[in-house]
Amino acid sequence: MTPLLTTHGLSRDFGGLKAVDTVDFSLLPGEIRAIIGPNGAGKTTFVSLVCGRILPSAGRIVFDGRDITGLPAHKRVRLGIAYTFQITSVFARLSAYDNVALAFQRAQSGRSVHAGVMEALERTGLAGRAKETAGAMAYGHQRLLEVAMGLALKPRLLILDEPTQGLSDGEIAGFIALVREIARDATVLLIEHNMHVVMELAQRITVMEAGRILAEGTPQEIRDNVAVQEAYLGGAVEATS
Amino acid sequence: MKSDMGSGKAIALHLVVIAGLFGLGFILPEYHHGVLARVMVLAVFAMGYNILFGYAGLLSLGHAMFFAVGLYGAGLTMIHLGWGAPAGFAAGVVAGAVLALGVGVLALRTTGVAFMIVTMMFSQVFYLLTLYFSAWTRGDEGLVIPQARRGLDLGAMRLDFTDPMTRYMLALGLFATVLLLTLGVARSGFGRVLVAIRENEERTKMLGYDTFANKLSAVVLSGTFCATAGAAYALLFGYVGSTFASVQYSIFPLLWVLLGGAATTLGPFLGTLFMYYVVDIASGYTSAYMLIVGLLLILLILYFPKGVLGTVRERWLRWLP
Ligand SMILES: Nc1ncnc2c1ncn2[C@@H]1O[C@H](COP(=O)(O)OP(=O)(O)OP(=O)(O)O)[C@@H](O)[C@H]1O
Ligand SMILES: [Mg+2]
Repeated sequence: MTPLLTTHGLSRDFGGLKAVDTVDFSLLPGEIRAIIGPNGAGKTTFVSLVCGRILPSAGRIVFDGRDITGLPAHKRVRLGIAYTFQITSVFARLSAYDNVALAFQRAQSGRSVHAGVMEALERTGLAGRAKETAGAMAYGHQRLLEVAMGLALKPRLLILDEPTQGLSDGEIAGFIALVREIARDATVLLIEHNMHVVMELAQRITVMEAGRILAEGTPQEIRDNVAVQEAYLGGAVEATS
Repeated sequence: MKSDMGSGKAIALHLVVIAGLFGLGFILPEYHHGVLARVMVLAVFAMGYNILFGYAGLLSLGHAMFFAVGLYGAGLTMIHLGWGAPAGFAAGVVAGAVLALGVGVLALRTTGVAFMIVTMMFSQVFYLLTLYFSAWTRGDEGLVIPQARRGLDLGAMRLDFTDPMTRYMLALGLFATVLLLTLGVARSGFGRVLVAIRENEERTKMLGYDTFANKLSAVVLSGTFCATAGAAYALLFGYVGSTFASVQYSIFPLLWVLLGGAATTLGPFLGTLFMYYVVDIASGYTSAYMLIVGLLLILLILYFPKGVLGTVRERWLRWLP
């Protein structure tokens, strides 16, 4: 199978700091991939390069056979790359409904906006909160609203940057089910610190550290990888699985 | 859905306002009749400003150049090239669109304070040009379009712009058109994207919107409305002078819109009307009338922080567009 997304020698410096350092990465269509790694490992920077929020210092990005390295962010979104922000970035003064409508309005004009918006809200469990002002919602619900906006874009690649932060255990269970459902017609790239969520969802895991890929493999391989355990996991896997 | 119910009410409200102004045209005493005609034209200037400032959230300090380019576009072509009123009017409108496109492409590379400064610089350049080419513009002193030129021959009938009733109705026609266009923009997908850019530009970009193109469209639409007001002002009131390109005419639309309510469709008109009468009445009592205006502005900001209609919408009438 040809990969949906590949990066070649992708790098990004901030001053002297190599936040992302010559990363070769590849993602198959339909996959659920998790990226894990300690704070500051470069996970957010890496996916920001993929979605075009920031530009690389070096390297190439290929999406669906097309070089998108120099493409502006909004055009990448139109190709089907959707990003949900790690630091919640909703339209705080608009209603949850209007937030999703803005995403839907561009992505699929033609279909009834109302039906599409309500569907995205329902799938994320926010239908009852459609009229609430986004900025006044609980943090976890704002995270879900981000996901709903991502869904409304009908993406081919959905990038979720720590989506479960601030969710209750019950909401996390619902979220896991939702991502499985999304993955039936989209590829999912998930940055996540919650190892339970990662182990439940990911078919493969990429471990980053200091801007580089430290290891990559199935959940079982990553669990058994001594280097990963030393660098990052510690007792975390045993504790949560 | 809630917005459908609000939409009927909103359209009705706008039609009532237009009908009310039409009726006032027949009953107002002469002085106020003249004031209202002028205010309606200036309100078009304010509505143009509101598109960019209210909806897209871009604060320009240079909109005098757009009003003035419409004014001069109409005035200079009519006086020096002998163009008729319709051609002169069109020249003003087109000049506004072209200038806005040029200024937009350059100024939109900046945001925030830099955008304010860049637009102000462009406008100052325009102002200085109107003084520099005083051989044609007669600078501060300005030009008067001869009465005979300010009209339109329609077969046997002549539409005389200097006749108060004709002038009032033409001002109303323009005002109503731009008001309904603004309502259309506010309710359109384009209007919602402008609001989204104002609220969170990066998010808007990550939803797949070309925010630069949308902002540029807003600048062009805004500049064109303002130039239309300027061209109409030249035709209806006959005076074309560089005062209209000076910095105070960049501040006025900002004040009018802030007073009436940014990002409300009727706020710019209300703000323009209110300010006109406050200045008018205050200057009748004292030469320090700007002091009174300043005090009133402070009071308004205290009690109506989002302008009159912005605050009314927030507290009572959620459906107000
Ligand atoms: N805009 C920026 N300017 C300067 N340094 C930055 C910038 N963005 C990120 N960095 C630095 O780059 C490194 C990688 O940051 P990044 O946010 O990608 O890490 P992360 O793996 O997502 O971490 P976390 O798990 O905390 O979200 C960090 O050292 C960070 O301080
Ligand atoms: Mg991060």
